[in-house]
Amino acid sequence: MSQLTKTSLTVNGKRQTVTAFPDTPLLWVLREDLKLTGTKFGCGAGQCGACMVHVDGKSVFSCLMPVKDMAGRSITTIEGLSPDSSHKLQKAWVAEQVPQCGYCQSGQIMRAADLLKTNPHPTREQIVEHMSTNICRCGTYARIVKAVERAAREA
Amino acid sequence: MGNMQTMPVDFNRRRFMVGAAGLTFGVAVGVPSLFDAADANAAGKDVMLSHYVTISTDGTISIMSPAAEMGQGSLTSLPLILAEELDADWAKVRIVPAPPIEKLYGNPGFNGLMYTAGSFAVNGYFTALRTFGAQVRMVLLDNVARRWNVPVAELTTGPSVVVHEKSGRRLTYGEIAAFAEVPAKAPEITPAQLKKTKDFRLIGKDVPRVELPGKVNGTAPYSIDAQVPRMVYAAVLRAPVEGGAPDRVDDSAARAIEGVIGTVQLPYGVGVIAATPWAAFKGKAALKVTWTRGGKAWGHSTQKGLAAFTAIARDESRTGVAWEKVGDSSAAMKQAASVFEAEYTCDYAYHAQMEPLNSVASVSANADAVEIWCGTQSQSMAVAAAADALGIAQERVKFNGLLLGGGFGRRGHRDEEFVVESVLLSKASKRPVKLLWTREDDVRNGRFRPLYVQRLKAGLDAQGNIVAWHHRIVCDQVLAFQDPVRYKLFKGSDGIALRGGELKTYDIPNRYVEGLLEDTGIRTSSLRGIGVGPTKYAIEAFLDEIATKRGIDPIALRLDLLKNQPRARAVVEEVARMAEWSKPRPVGRALGFAYIDYTGSQLAGIAEVSVDRASGKIRVHKFWCTIDCGIAIQPDNVIAQTESSIVYGLGLALTERITFEDGAIQQSNFNNYPVPRMRDVPEMFIKVMPTDNHPTGAGQMSTPLVAPAIASAVFKLTGARLRHAPMLPEKVKLAMLGAKRALA
Repeated sequence: MSQLTKTSLTVNGKRQTVTAFPDTPLLWVLREDLKLTGTKFGCGAGQCGACMVHVDGKSVFSCLMPVKDMAGRSITTIEGLSPDSSHKLQKAWVAEQVPQCGYCQSGQIMRAADLLKTNPHPTREQIVEHMSTNICRCGTYARIVKAVERAAREA
Repeated sequence: MGNMQTMPVDFNRRRFMVGAAGLTFGVAVGVPSLFDAADANAAGKDVMLSHYVTISTDGTISIMSPAAEMGQGSLTSLPLILAEELDADWAKVRIVPAPPIEKLYGNPGFNGLMYTAGSFAVNGYFTALRTFGAQVRMVLLDNVARRWNVPVAELTTGPSVVVHEKSGRRLTYGEIAAFAEVPAKAPEITPAQLKKTKDFRLIGKDVPRVELPGKVNGTAPYSIDAQVPRMVYAAVLRAPVEGGAPDRVDDSAARAIEGVIGTVQLPYGVGVIAATPWAAFKGKAALKVTWTRGGKAWGHSTQKGLAAFTAIARDESRTGVAWEKVGDSSAAMKQAASVFEAEYTCDYAYHAQMEPLNSVASVSANADAVEIWCGTQSQSMAVAAAADALGIAQERVKFNGLLLGGGFGRRGHRDEEFVVESVLLSKASKRPVKLLWTREDDVRNGRFRPLYVQRLKAGLDAQGNIVAWHHRIVCDQVLAFQDPVRYKLFKGSDGIALRGGELKTYDIPNRYVEGLLEDTGIRTSSLRGIGVGPTKYAIEAFLDEIATKRGIDPIALRLDLLKNQPRARAVVEEVARMAEWSKPRPVGRALGFAYIDYTGSQLAGIAEVSVDRASGKIRVHKFWCTIDCGIAIQPDNVIAQTESSIVYGLGLALTERITFEDGAIQQSNFNNYPVPRMRDVPEMFIKVMPTDNHPTGAGQMSTPLVAPAIASAVFKLTGARLRHAPMLPEKVKLAMLGAKRALA
C-alpha cells in the first residue's frame, strides 16, 4: 500500500493538494512539486535559513516542516510576497544592491518581512538579533541591515 | 537606470546570437554546428557586429558576458567595459551569457579558458573587451561616414548615437544597424584610440547589477532550479575517505522505498535514482555499503598532518620548489646581526557556498549526446568533462549555464566531478537526472583549502633592516589535484597553494620562498583567497612580531619596507588615518594592522578587537580597509566584494576548520562548521582608492587581511601571539596563558 498521503494547503493564496511522503519537508514540495523554486535548499537542518517561508504569517525553516503538518495552513513564499517585486523590502534590497550570489536572499527577505510585520521600526540591534538565524556566505550582512532600515524608513 | 527593474539578462538567447554568424567579422574559427540555422533566420532584424555584440534595429544592444556569475558581479561589469568603448546607451543594453566556446569567449588572461576564478574576470578580459567595443564603434562610424560621404574624423559618438556636428545630423545605433555592412576583417584599434579614464561614462560610475531584480523575487535561475520533462532525482552515497570504492553493496532496503527507481554503482559510491528528492534521500540513507580502502588518505588525520608537515618545515635538508628567489637569502642570513624565526599553521577549510553542489543532465537514449544544466566556474571544463565521460565529441554536449549560488573556488575543478556524476547517473537510468548533494554530502565530499605549516626566518642588519628572508611553506598539493592540465602547463608550480608567498612590494633585498607540497591523498581546492590567505597571515603576523622585537610601530615598519611603493604606501597611510591608528581605544580593545599585495591589488586593513578572557573568544568590532585595484569598474561593487571578502576572512580566521580522523572529515553541516552570521560581523569601513592602472581584481582580495590584523590586535591586547588559524577560543586561552607565564 502506498505510504504517500495527500495534503491540502494554501500557497500564496492558492489552494493546492500535494501527494508525498508525510515526512517530506515543505521545502521540497514547494520547489519540485509546486515549482516555486525561489525558496532554496541550503542545509536541510534549520541552520541557514535559505529555505525560509511564512506559515500563517510567521517565518519558518521550510526544510524542517513535514508536509503533513501543513494541512490547512497558509504558506507564503518569496513568489507570493508581492505580485511584482513591489514589497518595500524587495525594493530596498535592490536599492541597497544587497544580493551577491543571491542564493540566500529569498530566505533573508522572508525573515526580514516577518520582523517588520511585528516591529515596523526595529533598532539595529533588533535587526541583527532577528536576522542571525540566516546565513549569507557572501557576507552581505551590512547591506541587509541597511536595506531593512531603509524599508522601515520608507514604510 | 530607467529600465533596470526588469531583468535585461536573457538566459535563453545565447543560441540566437551565435546563430547569426553570417554577419560576424574578425572571428577566425567556425561556429559549432549545434547552433542551428533556424536560430540564424530568426535574426533577420539584427546585425551581429562581433561575436560579442548584436545591435537590433530597435536600438537594443545585446552583449555577451563570458564569465560565470557567482555573486561577484561580472555578468554586469564585463559587458559594461565593452559598452564603455562602444559608447552604448546602457539603458538599451541586454546581457546574454556567452555559450561555452573557448575560442570566442575564453579569458585571454587565463590561457584562453572559460574559467571564472582568481578574481581574474575583469583583469583578464579588460583590454580585449575594450578593443571589441572600440572595433564595433569604428564599424558604425565607418558605415555612417560612407553613407553621408563625410570623413570619419568629423564624426563623434554619444550614448548610442553617431553625430556629425558640422551638419547637425545624427543617427542612432539602431538606425545604423538597418543598413550597416560588416567588414570581413575587424578594424585595427591601437591602445591610443581607447578612451581616457577621465572620459569614462560607465566605468567607475556604478550601474545597478543587472541580475539583482531576479534575486529578490525568486525568479533568478540557479543551477538547482532547473527542471526538465521526465526528470528524476538522484542522491549518492560516497566513500567516507577519498580513494575508497564500494565493496559489498546491499541496496534491498533502498529499493523497497516507494518512489525509488533503482540504484547505480559508481566507482566511488552508489547512486539512488528516485521520483522525488525525498525518496532519493531516504533511499540513500537505507543503503548498506562497505568500502575498499584504496587511495592514500586512509589513516590521515589533521594531527598527523600537522606533525609531519612541521617536521618537514624544520628539516632544512628537505628542499622545496622555489616560489620566489631574489638575491642570496642564505648568504645574507649568515651575515645578519640578528635572526628571528616563527612557525605558523592553518587548518583545512571548506567553501560552504550556500548552494550545495548539483547538476541536471539528460543523456540521449544511445548515449551519443547530452544536455546539461548547471552552475560552474568553468563552462568549457564542464563541457569537456561531460564529453570525456561519455566518450563523445564536445559538439555533442549542449550546455546551459545557470547562476551559481556561490563558487569560492569549489566549482572550477578540471574534472567537474558533480557534473560528470549527473551525466553518469542519467546515462545509467536513461532519464534526465537532477543530482542533488545534501549539505552533508557537500561537506563530507568537499575539496579543501590545504593544511599549512609555514616556517619563516628573517635576518636583520645592525640597524634593524630586514636584509634576509626565508619562508618555507609546507602544505597539501592543490593544483596537481584540482587541475592536472594547468599543473603541467605551469611545470609543476602550484600557484593556488603558494600564491601570496611572494613579496613583490617589500624592500627586502634577499628573499627565498619555497614550497614543499605533499600528496596526502586529501582532496584539495582553491578557496577564496587561495594560498594568499595562509601565506599572508604568516608573513604579516611575523612582521608584526619583528616590529615588536625592534620596538617600532607595525605600520612604521611596513611604510619603511614600502618606501619605493607609492600605491602601497597610499593605502597604508589612508587606512591608518581612517582608523585613527595612534588614538587610544576604549578599555579592552586594541587595533591590529595588515597590508597585502594581492596579485597587484594593494590593500591595507585594521581590525579593532576585544577578547573575552574567560572563554578566549575573540570579537572583531570594527574593520577598516583600503583597496587600490587599479581602475574600479564598479566602485560600489568593489566595496561590496571587499565587505564580502572580509566576512569570509573572519570565518577563516576565527571559527572555520575541517578536521580529519582516519582520512574522514569530522564536520557535516553549519552546526559544526560555523560560518559568520550577522551578529558576528564587525562594522566595516571600506575605501576604494582607484588609480589609472590596469584593473587587478577585487573579488577575494581582502580575505587574507583579516587573520593577521586580528592576530596583531590580540597581541597588543594580551601579549599572546596567535600562530594558528582558526584562532579558536581554547587556543587563544592557551596562548594567553603562555604569554602570562613568559612574563612571570
